Amino acid sequence: MTQPMIELRHVTQRYGTHTILKDVSLALESGKFYTLLGPSGCGKTTILRAIGGFDQVTAGDIFFDGKRVNDLPANRRNVNTVFQDYALFPNMTVAQNVAFGLTIKKMPADKRDDEVAKALKLVRLSDYGNRAISALSGGQQQRVAIARAIVMQPRVLLLDEPLSALDAKLRRAMQYELRDLQQRLGITFLFVTHDQEEALAMSDDIFVMNAGEILQSGSPVAIYNEPVNHFVADFIGESNILPGHMVADYQVSFDNRTFECVDAGIPSNEPIEIVIRPEDLTLTDLDHAKLKVTIDNQLFRGDYYEIGATDDQGHSWLIHSVRATVEGQQVGLTFQPDDLHVMRLHEREADFEARLETYEEVEGTAHDEA
Amino acid sequence: MTKRKTCGYFIPYGLWLGLFVIAPVALIVYQSFFSLDHHVTLANYATYFQSGVYLKMTLNSVWYAFLITLFTGLISYPTAYVLRQLKHRQFWLLLVILPTWINILLKAYAFIGIFSQDGVANSFLRFIGIGPQQLLFTNASFIFVATYIQIPFMILPIYNSLADLNPAYINASLDLGATRWQTFYRVIFPLTLPGVKAGVQAVFIPSLSLFMLTRLIGGNKVITLGTAIEEHFLTTMNWGMGSTIGVVLIVAMIIVMQLTNDHSGRSSQ
Repeated sequence: MTQPMIELRHVTQRYGTHTILKDVSLALESGKFYTLLGPSGCGKTTILRAIGGFDQVTAGDIFFDGKRVNDLPANRRNVNTVFQDYALFPNMTVAQNVAFGLTIKKMPADKRDDEVAKALKLVRLSDYGNRAISALSGGQQQRVAIARAIVMQPRVLLLDEPLSALDAKLRRAMQYELRDLQQRLGITFLFVTHDQEEALAMSDDIFVMNAGEILQSGSPVAIYNEPVNHFVADFIGESNILPGHMVADYQVSFDNRTFECVDAGIPSNEPIEIVIRPEDLTLTDLDHAKLKVTIDNQLFRGDYYEIGATDDQGHSWLIHSVRATVEGQQVGLTFQPDDLHVMRLHEREADFEARLETYEEVEGTAHDEA
Repeated sequence: MTKRKTCGYFIPYGLWLGLFVIAPVALIVYQSFFSLDHHVTLANYATYFQSGVYLKMTLNSVWYAFLITLFTGLISYPTAYVLRQLKHRQFWLLLVILPTWINILLKAYAFIGIFSQDGVANSFLRFIGIGPQQLLFTNASFIFVATYIQIPFMILPIYNSLADLNPAYINASLDLGATRWQTFYRVIFPLTLPGVKAGVQAVFIPSLSLFMLTRLIGGNKVITLGTAIEEHFLTTMNWGMGSTIGVVLIVAMIIVMQLTNDHSGRSSQ
């Protein structure tokens, strides 16, 4: 395996008695789009600030290309940041902002102007060089901030919730643009967001964080399909999470019934939680039903109906269906065994992966890792 | 209904504006056109602009006001910069503001005591072996005391503009490879320039017409426009000439205001 470009080993950050990061380790490889995803206050921006060099970490080490950089100040690290509020210098024009870092580097003026023009072209703001920052819209300011950072040709671009100030439509457009830009430039992006949709759409790899810890890392698909715990399942997408217990390998019981599943390696009778995504539930007639529920409410969401229902045990269910149903009606629900995801209580990511390996080797079943 | 209410609220301000701003200025302008024997004339202005004494006095005033503003600025900016980073900054700021609550005359008399032959300053000079010096009634002591008195008025606006400065700008500058010093002169100082300009306005203009200090501390060696006005009104009783100098000062203030105003052209481009 190649040496990671950036690595955090056992990084802890404390302010006074307040612990922001608890023993965080992560590795970033070259040329990938990474996302730190978590609710506000979970420590994701703190990780960015530690990598950017704006804060000294309390404990642990930060490596760039295998070299420890804890004591390297921000202005000597080969990373650049797109700040949440863009932090464009209001006393300079667009071009002067983009040229700032190159001017500091003492790049010759003609070469510098070429680079600035190239960067502005990349973010499609070629004609805006002489504008004042205050004359730009939010989306344009955002692109200037990106141009100002990428003109420095950093190995890693850190993006601190750069889309949070934009309206929904622009945000979607910028998601495509950012992803596209990252692939064209081939720079590593480390993107911070609390928006799970954004993270799923853009990332190669996601780190899900809560309360100063990385709970799970992996591809968007893996994290969505196999969340390690209640928090991740709840935070990423919408889900039905129900208590249950293991009956045997590949057999799980919840709602007083036993169902077939694809999880193993858990002792019988251990209490677990099962996750079913609302889009994996299919409405069916009562004869073919695995579960019977009564429809409570139904909302039309444009491309699907969001349906709330209750089963005979009193559990609430959230269902996404392209077909409409009738409120108050009893209907059947069905799902496939691999739509059930079993989560052990308090199982950590490492334990989860170790358990997966034990029975996947035996079975030889190829789990979707991509 | 609401309009009438707003008018009601305007009364105190309107009265104040009329009685203490517009009327006095109008009276000064009016007076400046009268000669000693109460004839309407432009002679006062002619005298002012033709006499070497008055022009030299004007230059003197501007020069000393410039020096006072310069020294005040040199002390205030670093002070405000440090204050902003302190833990109990409100408390330290209060200590800076505190002297402004004491009457300027009291402070001037205090300095007479400190700078006198047997004062604290000379005791110290004797102690370190330099021996007593003539401190009071020198230009240096005048500038020193004037700077001391003006410092809070410079620190406050600079402090406020530094406090308003988004720290993200500093991070962005460091992020782009700038050193602390480059960050200061390329980002922090230009962005806090409005505070400096406000400070210059608050210090330079009053310094043009300091007259109490020139007398009590400067020993009347420096005759500024302020001193001249006082002389004309109280000693020579030439109110016309005094008013003329007053008008000149008002015009000078307007010029300084114009020079230090933010030219908003750039941001509204």
